[in-house]
Amino acid sequence: MDFSYTILILLIPFFVFLFTGLWGNKFKPVYSGILGTTGLGIAWILSLLTAYKYFFVIEKVSETFPKIIVFRQVWLVLTDKLHIDIGILLDPISVMMLVVVTTVSFMVHLYSIGYMEGERGFHRFFAFLSLFSFSMLGLVIASNIFQMYIFWELVGVSSFLLIGFYYQKPSAVAASKKAFIVTRFADLGFLIGILIVSYYTKTFDFYANSAIPGSIGIVEPAGIAILQSAGAAFMGISIITLAMVLIFIGGAGKSAMFPLHIWLPDAMEGPTPVSALIHAATMVVAGVFLVARMFPVFYASHTALQVVAYVGSFTSLFAAVIACTQFDIKRVLAFSTLSQLGYMMVALGVSGYGGEEGVGYMASMFHLFTHAMFKALLFLGAGAVIHAVHSNYSYDMGGLRKYLPITHITFLIAVIAISGIPPLAGFWSKDEILVAAHGNNMMIFYTQLFVAGLTAFYMSRLYFLIFWNKDTHYHHTPHESPLTMTIPLMFLATATIFVGMHWVIPFSKLVTSDGKPLETIMHMGIAIPSVVVGALGILIAAIFYMKETAIPDKISTSLNGFYTTIYNKFYFDEMYLFVTKKIIFNLISRPIAWFDRQVIDGFMNAIAWSTQEVSERIKGLQSGQLQQYAYVFVSGAILLALVFVFMWTK
Amino acid sequence: MIGGIPLTHFLIVSTIMFFVGIYGFITRRNLITILMSIELILNSTNINFVVFNKLLYPDQIAGQMFSVFVIAVAAAEAAVAIAIIINLYRRIANIEVENVNEMKY
Repeated sequence: MDFSYTILILLIPFFVFLFTGLWGNKFKPVYSGILGTTGLGIAWILSLLTAYKYFFVIEKVSETFPKIIVFRQVWLVLTDKLHIDIGILLDPISVMMLVVVTTVSFMVHLYSIGYMEGERGFHRFFAFLSLFSFSMLGLVIASNIFQMYIFWELVGVSSFLLIGFYYQKPSAVAASKKAFIVTRFADLGFLIGILIVSYYTKTFDFYANSAIPGSIGIVEPAGIAILQSAGAAFMGISIITLAMVLIFIGGAGKSAMFPLHIWLPDAMEGPTPVSALIHAATMVVAGVFLVARMFPVFYASHTALQVVAYVGSFTSLFAAVIACTQFDIKRVLAFSTLSQLGYMMVALGVSGYGGEEGVGYMASMFHLFTHAMFKALLFLGAGAVIHAVHSNYSYDMGGLRKYLPITHITFLIAVIAISGIPPLAGFWSKDEILVAAHGNNMMIFYTQLFVAGLTAFYMSRLYFLIFWNKDTHYHHTPHESPLTMTIPLMFLATATIFVGMHWVIPFSKLVTSDGKPLETIMHMGIAIPSVVVGALGILIAAIFYMKETAIPDKISTSLNGFYTTIYNKFYFDEMYLFVTKKIIFNLISRPIAWFDRQVIDGFMNAIAWSTQEVSERIKGLQSGQLQQYAYVFVSGAILLALVFVFMWTK
Repeated sequence: MIGGIPLTHFLIVSTIMFFVGIYGFITRRNLITILMSIELILNSTNINFVVFNKLLYPDQIAGQMFSVFVIAVAAAEAAVAIAIIINLYRRIANIEVENVNEMKY
């Protein structure tokens, strides 16, 4: 089976980016949008074709989906054995990610034509979107960890550029800077992790290159054995745990896990389609994808896996609590994203490897897949609402169901899906996660069950605040968005309804930890409580917010200090600002700045100053009097002649 | 001995010419006179070329060729120098060398 065309999935967005970036301003703006959308549409079709061929046509090797390396090219040779390659790796998770990224990206492109209409820098926006799609696709099909790291940084840059799209708004500039610095800081951990791993295994490849005898891959048993036998590094932490925790720090930065979560809510300063694409469906799941990609190695280190599970669990609870108090609808969705990413991390953290044990891994990828659909839908729906009302705040909204029927229905579908009500997508994947957690760690299981209730509550709260609640009087009657915006909504809503069902996409047969199909059974003892908790959340939200009532205000007043703390996100931003501004800037940066200004700059300035002083003193010699020069010259010549005459004799 | 005249006589003549040229170059204020002093210096070296050639290699003419070459270069140089002097005259209406101090620091 020939998969060589998969390189086109990468190259089309790249060339679209080059074209719109370089010449987009020469044409009418809408052409950039059409070009970008068409390019992504082709990539989407190719991805679907790849997925179909990979999952349903090719022969399995001993019941397992094979790992196909479409091509591999040596790029940088570091030593005889260690070299950085550029390649394309197809395995179940990368094929699944191809579908997720191209689907959401295509929908967001289409949506943006309507949403961004008339904005300054329309073609710039589409160029950046294409750049992001290219980078994200490169990340998921990377055949070695270094290539992944390169694309990892590229998505970081695209995210930076798109968050700061409204570069005349100081808050957007600050948000893009914050996102970039926080993720860069985390990527440092990732880089050190890569260096440790490659130092011991002498390779960057995930899987061995069959063309070279004796080559090994990092995530294969041989590579894991080397890492495990590497022993302890310092303070009794083994090398493998250290390396995996460092790599997880990179993943936690991108996926905005606690305590590196601070950048994601601020990233909502970017245009809403960007939030849907980058900060909900694709880039932020790169961290989850990274852990899944390295999963066999993580599994070899129990401690690292525990870290993943607890960090994920805490983040999901923490973010869900904050989401209940926010009024900026995009921020509610941002915290919801954090919470759901926590779910995915938890699922990986509690997972085993292979067979029934690997249900957590499957659940994590499944949740990633369904979450991409309904969270993109929620963001695009929120974008349509913002487009109609020109405000981000839920207290400016209310009663919108009469004005925005399509947005209302699609948003409702997404809310039900994320709340985990069957038979929509979110139920199936969340249920698998709870099953996995139940089999591993009861504390995490109860936490996640509680978070499921919270999720249902804050999402329904958002829904009721926007579409029900009070009948706000609007200056301009809000009207439904154009077709380019509602078609993606309707498509994603359809996907949200169906992708979870087993007869539509038999997910557990396709994407599993060891590549073998997995039989999943409904555990009624888990499914029923989770549905009840979800329904309870929706019910409470309905009582509080469906009509304008005084209950929420009463509760928030009675909780007073506690409520304010949550509303201000537990003052984490303030804490970080205190640490950076008061401690790091004053105690570290200032002395360094002083040293730079006084010692290093001072040394250079002294050289320049002394040169100038000396030349100032001696420039009088250049009097411009020709005969004076001649006089000095002749005297010198005579002097030399005399020296020669009298010294020569010896 | 060249043609009955001792070598030192030639050298004395050329040395006198040379230092007369140097003296003129340093003391004269008129640019034209300074140019003439340079010609004196050049011609004193020309005498030396011819004399030493005749003395050391009587059947070769390399020295003579060199002095012809020097004369040619001197002519070219004089042309350039006079062009400069004429321009200078148009600019500052005299050709006193002390007044030509534009090229200082």
